[in-house]
Parts: sequence; structure tokens; C-alpha cells
Amino acid sequence: MPQVTSSLPLVRARGLTKDFGDFRAVNGIDFEISRGESFGFLGPNGAGKTSTMRMVSAVATPTAGDLSIFGLDPHHDGPAIRARLGVVPQEDTLELELTVLDNLLMFGRYFDLPRKLIKERATELLEFAKLTERAHDKCDNLSGGMKRRLTIARSLLNQPELLILDEPTTGLDPQARHLLWERLYRLKSDGVTLIITTHYMDEAEQLCDRLVVMDHGDIVAEGAPRELISQHSTREVLELRFPVDVTTPPIDVLSPLADRFEVLPDRVLLYVHDGDDTLRAVHAAGVTPVSALVRRSTLEDVFLRLTGRTLVD
Amino acid sequence: MSIVTVTSSVSTRHRPAWFRALTYEAAFYSKTWRASVISSFLFPILYLSAMGIGVGHLVNAHTGLVEGHTYLHFVAPGLLAITAMQLSVGECMWPILAAIKWVRTYHAAVATPLEPGDLVTGKVSWLGARLFVTTAVYAVIIACFGATSSWTAIFLPFIGALIAVAFAAPLIAFSSRVESDVTFTMLFRFVVVPMLLFSATFYPVSQYPVGLRWIVQLMPLYHGVALCRSAAFGTGSPGPLLAHVSVLVAMAIVGYVVARRNLRRRLVS
Ligand SMILES: Nc1ncnc2c1ncn2[C@@H]1O[C@H](COP(=O)(O)OP(=O)(O)O)[C@@H](O)[C@H]1O
Ligand SMILES: [Mg+2]
Repeated sequence: MPQVTSSLPLVRARGLTKDFGDFRAVNGIDFEISRGESFGFLGPNGAGKTSTMRMVSAVATPTAGDLSIFGLDPHHDGPAIRARLGVVPQEDTLELELTVLDNLLMFGRYFDLPRKLIKERATELLEFAKLTERAHDKCDNLSGGMKRRLTIARSLLNQPELLILDEPTTGLDPQARHLLWERLYRLKSDGVTLIITTHYMDEAEQLCDRLVVMDHGDIVAEGAPRELISQHSTREVLELRFPVDVTTPPIDVLSPLADRFEVLPDRVLLYVHDGDDTLRAVHAAGVTPVSALVRRSTLEDVFLRLTGRTLVD
Repeated sequence: MSIVTVTSSVSTRHRPAWFRALTYEAAFYSKTWRASVISSFLFPILYLSAMGIGVGHLVNAHTGLVEGHTYLHFVAPGLLAITAMQLSVGECMWPILAAIKWVRTYHAAVATPLEPGDLVTGKVSWLGARLFVTTAVYAVIIACFGATSSWTAIFLPFIGALIAVAFAAPLIAFSSRVESDVTFTMLFRFVVVPMLLFSATFYPVSQYPVGLRWIVQLMPLYHGVALCRSAAFGTGSPGPLLAHVSVLVAMAIVGYVVARRNLRRRLVS
């Protein structure tokens, strides 16, 4: 890529909208993603993340709005754009009857890469995905985490400039997630631009330089993870749990002690600057919770603040 | 080690996208053909033996020749037409819905430079090519049984390919809109099987009462069967032959256009 283009956004959306019949899944959103950036879409199920990803991957046609990818119009240059993209869809789309290696070799055909080159890259990518030992196993026999890694390996066959990952770690155990995150860091340090959707706030905090928070088809906040937290939440959070038979926690006592508080079904969250200080004050006021936890604010708190709901219910 | 070298530019070849889909189908078949070899070759041969030799003895003993041929010779070209249709139709029902809905591999394909229409073209042309080869093998087999009596039998593989394409295209159009595979079971029971039985495959159209012959002629497969029989025996006059070919070509063209539209709607809406 010539240097001049690197200042232009890689993806630019203005008023991007997607309707399904009468239902509006994406409601005229704006965003810009720069080259080399790792950009997140954080939001609960049904927020419109997948619908947005399908438009950004030049597959689904927007109902309205402007979208440019690599400075090209997906309506006219869909195949040219997709040749430079890697896509990891939310649901697996692997050939279950074929072996792990064959999945890669076959997929390379769609990009019209020379056979020899596909083979070379497949070997490298199997190593990258830690699947070399499983190369000749039937894909159907892989674990969920292995299938995700194979899907990521497959999405890299054409050496994409932009990699789009739709909930890459949903449904994986913590170990499998951390392995995947580590691979994504490597891609990022190799200069690949990443777009990641997730409903895990820790994933967004770990992986994204910048992110938007989506809810009901709208973008409700945008910024770097730390920035969003300092903008929309306090430094610390004090989480209090009460015995199950206490149906209404002593709100009137607690509320003066915090900047803000949230009552969730299983706990009360007090948003404060110094959690330990507040906990002492809570005890001094004669309130005795079953357990108390002081933690730093997270994106989950930002989401709760902005929408009144939790990300994962 | 760097997995993705952003600056590297790779000289890609420039084969059209539909052709890449075709080679994908061929490669997929080459890796999985063992599962389908029985239905491809063994069934037709079993059919031929059972119907031709078994039923043939009975028919020959009672009525003598059928349209001037022994029953085995009469039924063999029809079985070739059936084989071409059945294999093609089978590939365009469950496998299409699986690629759309269950295994979702078509969604992976349209995230590459391919368009939904390329998948249709790839599938249809692959089935044409595959059934060309399959029916060529079959034609050699029935020739060994003595069931071909004219040089025009060399057209049989072309007719087999035409039948495959003529059924594949409309079936893909149909399957692109199907939500559940129960629909395929119904289609098989109430459309495919009756068509197999009533397309003048197992006995000549002259066996039907005059008033019902037009129903037979409405069966798309009837035209394939008629063409195969003409090719095997070197019979038939230009007018009807042209009509048979036209029906199959029309099915292929209309089916192809609708299939491209339907699959696009299904995959990229
Ligand atoms: N093909 C479709 N037809 C109708 N509604 C859809 C379709 N795809 C998504 N939706 C609806 O659009 C909304 C957003 O979905 P989606 O983009 O998948 O959200 P997310 O990925 O954030 O969970 C949901 O309410 C979903 O039911
Ligand atoms: Mg989604």
C-alpha cells in the first residue's frame, strides 16, 4: 500500500442502516476505522453487531447510508473488497466432512491462489493455529476452540489487510479464549487491522484500541476502553451481596455513600472513588452484607450506565 | 515469524469466480466420492439387471418385443435418463440446504470474491460435467449388454449432461427457498418418484390410454427418456427431437436465472 492512503480511514460508515422488513436492526450508525487499528463493537445479543459486520464484509447490502471499505464502494466493488478481507463469522462455516488441512486447501481456491502457495500458507497457518498435529483429522471431530482457530487460520489464507471477527470467543472455555487472544495480538502486531464484535467486556478491554458500544441498533458511546470508563463510570466499584431473604437492600443508607448505585437481582453496585473507604463507611452505618468486593470499573459498568442493562444476561 | 505480510503482493491467477466454484465442487467430490459411488454406479447396474433381465424375461415371454426391442434393450436408455436425473436432483436438495443452513459453507464462500450466482454456475456446470462422465460409463455398460444399436449412442453422455443441468438448475432455485428438509421428502415422494415411474421409462407411452398420454408428455423426464432412447437406437425424427431438447434447455435456462436470484436473496439479504 502506498503511504498516502494510510491516512484515509480503512472503513468509513455514515448513516449505515439495515432493515429486515419493518424491523430496523442497524439504525443509521457512523464510524471510522483506521489502518492498523483494533476496533471493537461491544453490545448484547440483538444489538445489531452481526448485521453491521455483514455489511462491512461487503456481503449484505445496506438498506441506507454510505459505506466505503479500502476507499471502495461495496455495491460496485464487492469481489475486489472481499479479496482483501478475512472474515470469521459468528457461526462456524467449516466443511465438517473434510480434514483440517483440506479445509484450508479447498478454501484457497476461492481466492484463486496458486496451489503451491496455498499449501505453503496452509502449513504456516496450521502452525499458527496450533493445529499441525490435527491436520489430517476430520474437522467434525475438533473441539469448539479448535474450530474457531481453524476458522481464523482459514480467514488468513489470502493475507487480508482487514480481519473481521464476529464473536470469536463466544462459547469457549477461558483457556481456549486466552489462546485465541494471544493469536489475535500477534496478528495486530503484524499490522493487520482488526474488527472484533463481542459481548464480553473483558475481551473488548483486552483487544480493542477503540470501540463503540451498540444497543438496539444504535451506537451509544465511542472511545478507547479506559477513556469510556473514566467518562462514564467512577474509578472503583463496591459490590455488595445480601442474604437471599433480604429482598430490599438498605438503599436509603447506601445511596448517600456513593456517586451512583445500581440494584441488580443478586447484588448492589456502589460507584465510588475509593471502594475500601466506602466499605468502611458501609460497616460503620451498621449494614452487614454477606460479601463485599472492591474492583475497578469495567466496560460492563459503562454499558449498565448507558443502557440500564447488563451485557450478558 | 510473521503470518500476514501486509505489504506482500501475490500474483493471483485470473480464473473467473464461477470456475473456482466448479473446481471446488470437483475437489470436494474427489475427496468424498467413496460415499456416493454406490448410488452412482452400483444402483443403475442393479436396476438394469433386475428390471432388464428379471422383468425382461417375463415381458418377453408374454408380449414379445417392446417397440421392436427386447425389454432389457428398451428399458436401458430410460434407466440412463433416470440415473442422470436422480443423481443431479439429489445433489441439489439436501446438500444445498446444508450449505445454506446447517453447515453454512455457502456463507463462507460469499465472504470471498465469489457471488451467490457463481455458486449456482459452479454447481450446475459441475453436475453437467460429472453426469457426462457417469452416463458415458453407463453408456459403455449398456452397449456391452447390447442395448445400443446405432452410432448415435455417442450422444448419450451429452444427453445425460443436459438432463442433469435441466433438473439441477430449477432444483437449486427451489432449494434456495426451502426452510426445512421435510419439504424434500415430500418433493421426492410426490414429484420425483411419480416422474420416474410415469415418464415412459418402464413401458412405452403407447401403453397409456390416448387421453392420458399428454400427462406423460408433461413430465420433464419424459423428454430426457425419449432422447436417450432415440440416441441408443438411432431412431426419431428431427421435429420431436428438437422439441425434447427445447424443453430441457428451457428448464435449464429458466431454472438457472431464478436460482441465481433466489440464492442471492437467501445469502446476502
Ligand atoms: N435475516 C434476518 N431477518 C430478520 N431479522 C434479523 C435477521 N438478522 C438479524 N435480525 C434481527 O436483527 C437484530 C440484530 O441482530 P444481529 O445483527 O444478529 O445482532 P447481534 O449480532 O448484535 O446479536 C436482532 O433483533 C435479530 O433478530
Ligand atoms: Mg451476532
